[in-house]
Amino acid sequence: MSVNSYKQDETLNEKSKLQTLGRLFAYMLKHKSALIAVLFIMAYCVAVNLINPLIIEAAIDRHISIGDLGGLYRLVGIAICLNAVMIVLVKLRMYIMSKVCNKVLVEIRQQLYTHIQTLDFKFFDSRPTGKILARIIGDINSLKDVLSNSVTTLIPDFITVCSVVAIMFVKNARLAAAALISIPLMTVGVWFIQLRSHKRWQIYRKKGSNLNAFVHEDLSGIRIIQSFNAESETHDTFYKLVDEHRGAFMEAVKYADAFGSIVDFCWGLGNISLWYAGIIIMGVDKVSIGTLVAFGSYISMFWQPIMNLSNFYNQLITNISGAERIFEILDTKPEITDDEGVAEMPEISGTIDFENVSFYYEEGVKVLENVSFHINQGETIALVGPTGAGKTTIVNLLSRFYDVQGGTIKIDGHDIKSVSIESLRRQMGIMTQDNFLFTGTIKENIAYGKLDATDEEIIAAAKAVHAHEFISQLPDGYDTRLEERGGGLSVGQKQLLAFARTMVSMPKILILDEATSSIDTKTELLVQDGIEALLKGRTSFVIAHRLSTIQKADRIFVIDNGGIVEEGNAAELMAKKGAYYKLYTAQLKDVV
Amino acid sequence: MRKKLSTYIWEYKWSYLFAIASLVISVSLDMLAPMLTMHIIDDVIIGGNTALLPRLLAGIFMVGVGRCIFQYTKEYTFDKTGSAIASDMRKKLFDHIQGLSAGFFDKTNTGELMARVKDDIDRVWNTISYVGMLTIEVAFHTCVVLFCMYRLYAPLAVIPTAAMVLSATVAICMERKLGAIYEEISDENSRLNTVAEENIAGVRTVKAFAREKFEIRKFLSHNERYYELNMKQSKVIVRYYPYLQIITKLILMFVLLIGGKLVIGGKITLGTLGAFLEYSNNIVWPMEMLGWLSNDLSAGLASNKKINKIYEVQPVIKEPEDPVVLDKVRGEIEFRNVSFHKEDMHEILHDISFKAAAGSTVGIMGATGAGKTSVVQLLQRLYDATGGTICLDGVDITRLSLSQLRSSISVVMQDVFLFSDTINENVKLGKKSAVSEAIVRKASKDAQASSFIERMADEYETVIGERGVGLSGGQKQRISIARALAKHTPILIMDDSTSALDMETEHEIQKMLNTLSDTTKLIIAHRISAVRHADEIIVLDNGSIAEHGTHEELMEKKGLYYMTYVSQYGQV
Repeated sequence: MSVNSYKQDETLNEKSKLQTLGRLFAYMLKHKSALIAVLFIMAYCVAVNLINPLIIEAAIDRHISIGDLGGLYRLVGIAICLNAVMIVLVKLRMYIMSKVCNKVLVEIRQQLYTHIQTLDFKFFDSRPTGKILARIIGDINSLKDVLSNSVTTLIPDFITVCSVVAIMFVKNARLAAAALISIPLMTVGVWFIQLRSHKRWQIYRKKGSNLNAFVHEDLSGIRIIQSFNAESETHDTFYKLVDEHRGAFMEAVKYADAFGSIVDFCWGLGNISLWYAGIIIMGVDKVSIGTLVAFGSYISMFWQPIMNLSNFYNQLITNISGAERIFEILDTKPEITDDEGVAEMPEISGTIDFENVSFYYEEGVKVLENVSFHINQGETIALVGPTGAGKTTIVNLLSRFYDVQGGTIKIDGHDIKSVSIESLRRQMGIMTQDNFLFTGTIKENIAYGKLDATDEEIIAAAKAVHAHEFISQLPDGYDTRLEERGGGLSVGQKQLLAFARTMVSMPKILILDEATSSIDTKTELLVQDGIEALLKGRTSFVIAHRLSTIQKADRIFVIDNGGIVEEGNAAELMAKKGAYYKLYTAQLKDVV
Repeated sequence: MRKKLSTYIWEYKWSYLFAIASLVISVSLDMLAPMLTMHIIDDVIIGGNTALLPRLLAGIFMVGVGRCIFQYTKEYTFDKTGSAIASDMRKKLFDHIQGLSAGFFDKTNTGELMARVKDDIDRVWNTISYVGMLTIEVAFHTCVVLFCMYRLYAPLAVIPTAAMVLSATVAICMERKLGAIYEEISDENSRLNTVAEENIAGVRTVKAFAREKFEIRKFLSHNERYYELNMKQSKVIVRYYPYLQIITKLILMFVLLIGGKLVIGGKITLGTLGAFLEYSNNIVWPMEMLGWLSNDLSAGLASNKKINKIYEVQPVIKEPEDPVVLDKVRGEIEFRNVSFHKEDMHEILHDISFKAAAGSTVGIMGATGAGKTSVVQLLQRLYDATGGTICLDGVDITRLSLSQLRSSISVVMQDVFLFSDTINENVKLGKKSAVSEAIVRKASKDAQASSFIERMADEYETVIGERGVGLSGGQKQRISIARALAKHTPILIMDDSTSALDMETEHEIQKMLNTLSDTTKLIIAHRISAVRHADEIIVLDNGSIAEHGTHEELMEKKGLYYMTYVSQYGQV
């Protein structure tokens, strides 16, 4: 049981960041026409932004310095028009972009959720709910900024930087070179920071995920915590996790915060070398004042986007760890899945064969070994035996919650691996030990077994399992809203509802794994009578410890040591005076 | 308990002050740059005084270095302070939630609470660090730039001032509109969280019914709603934000136009105009930032509101003002005419009276929904009785210290809950410091759990999954029995806690329970065998005591108990 608890950090497969980014942008590329429109708009905006300093230069050199007021008016007039058109385009661009981004987010989230549905128990067994949730909600939300900023900030900024460099070189190559002299320094600085901070951001995300997992568990188990007066312990654990989370953050920003500093420093250096080169090396008379001022503007225009880019880059490497975590789940392949081109399971009549079935959860610890049996249509089979002997495993294998490691399981002669999982499970009614109820009305919960069930069917199922009585006593009857996990109902009542939910689907094979363990004996007997008519001719499995539950079974299998040690009906097994007899008398030992 | 956001900020006033000081210095340094530029143009280039150049360039260099340092201290201090406050808020919120009563958790979804503790605090965190920092920077920056402009040439500075006022108005409008939407987004976020949470926690049920497609559709509807809300938010931004952008562009043009006229008219020098233009360039980013800031600010404030809503909920069951603390709890329990109904007035218990002497065993039986679990929940004060009194050692439990009461009672609950931690830590829960390894082993042995635990590779250090995934129902039950036994409390409650155990194991546990002579035991069970030897057996029916007495007495009576016996064991 290697389990990821809130105490352990998750392990991530290292993938290159570019690969992750590429995958992320593949989603954006699905909206090609929108992106192309955005690109055109951005090209216009960048062009206007680049022209603005040129206008200023022209205005100073050609009009203001010679006192040409009319020329100044014309020039500024044109500039204002150019800028005014921009407002409309910016609106359009922002609208398109936010639509594309939100659509991409919805798509990724839906894809992730859909994918998680196909994963098998091994996946869910190995990580706490809170950690999976952190990925579906938190990690995806964190992508929002990456997606929208990448296009609306990254691309125009990149274009601006390139164009600024080009313009500077065209205007005056030597001045340009002087102004940009500090770029190598910046590159080294940025590279160093990213090297340090990416790992630390990953750790930060993992700590956040641990926190989420713990909060989820704590809230789910709040009753146990309160009744064991364990608040101070969970308080300590939580505080520790919060501090770790914050510690990881501080570790990361220690480096990441230096981004702005480096850019600022290089900006200053660029300014110095520009003025120095312009005035001392080239001489004032060679360079016009307007050009120098314009260059000053260009330097700002060069460094401001770099500053943005560095900010964005920071965010990018923070959030890319979110994307990595999402893609990791998407890359997890379910072990139990339909083979290609599987057939649909035809209507089940109910013969079941286990042929030399072997199974283990953990390598080396066999749970079932070479188990074989045949069950005829319509038989009721009771599985009894000590806890942990493998009773639940047998029914889990039959429902393909896990796959056998050896042997085959057949229903009506079909190997269950050769039919689609959905067509198989749809015809089975499986009542697991944890009978989970959803938030919603009682009616909705019962109808979960058969989505199109009519009210009559729902009530009939509830009546069969004797849940109708207590449901009718509730203020809103079948429309009573259940809070989380059926809060407000007793465990026995929850069990009855889960039972009704199973019965409404009229399963061809019914599996009751301690389905009535929390129900009193009197009700249990009523339930047995109630479902008898419904189950006529259907095969069923009953796992139970209470003898009254299993006595009516056609055959009883006593499971122990990885196999069936005894089988037969109650009377036969009693006569045998073997394992069953021992179990039976244990229950009577004290009583009679 | 609850502290206002402003109180937190006040507590960290020195850090904030230091951060703001760094900010002021770094912005001021930034402001020096245009001054230096002006001198270079006016004195060096036009005036021809090249000797000044090295000093001016050294000045620019110093500005760069200074900004480099103070930018870092500014950002780092804001991050440090913001994260400290956020962590503190998160801790307090957690403590508050944990202190709320069972009734609150019956009504509130885990997914929603998770969203508050994680996402909403994160948003507030963002507000008080990064966004807060930028807001102050933008404000200060703008003020300084305006100040410089006024000093340079006041009439020309009127243009950017007017633009600032305009931008601020637009930003405020936008913030107002966004606030309401963010509250909706925050709600939908928690709903999305809840749907996903139930799906994952209930994955076994989903798979058993092959309802994956149904679940996907359910999620899709919330996902789409989330999309719509986010688009609503985008539309507000689209409506306002471009104006902020365009205003900044126009400032530059108007300054150029009017300034050019002034230069031509001989009112200002060309250098002054150059500096003015550079200043104007300098307020481009703060003004563009405004839109973005008001967006994040509204998100943070909306989240803060949501958090405050949780603080408004007060625990119904609290430590009494002047609690009675017993020297030693003997474990004598008395219910006197206890009634209990929930908020919807649906009566669960009616006039329950019974007494359990210290060290005795009381068995409770009854049909599903008869109120058995409510009896023990009332005893633990997870809920308070709505009528009558419950006494422990003769003292009304509502007067007793709550922590003493709860730590005197160990419960094995019906639906077993285990934490994703080692078996050892699970068994120790509630008294981690007091329970030794030896006690853990002893308790596990008594609960018949040691044999399977010791077969595991890591034995007691084995980490079990959330809710004990990977263990069978019976194994989980035995660990939860061990967890209760390890505390060795005066009162032990077993709420239908051997239902998943085979008969032999159950029998062994019965025998062990009988040896706990100084523990008062309340045993809820459906199997006769579990209560057979109790000093008194109470049979509940529909919230009232239908019959009570010893096994023999009840068998004589030939009532409900007798009927249960017959259906379990046949005729006597």
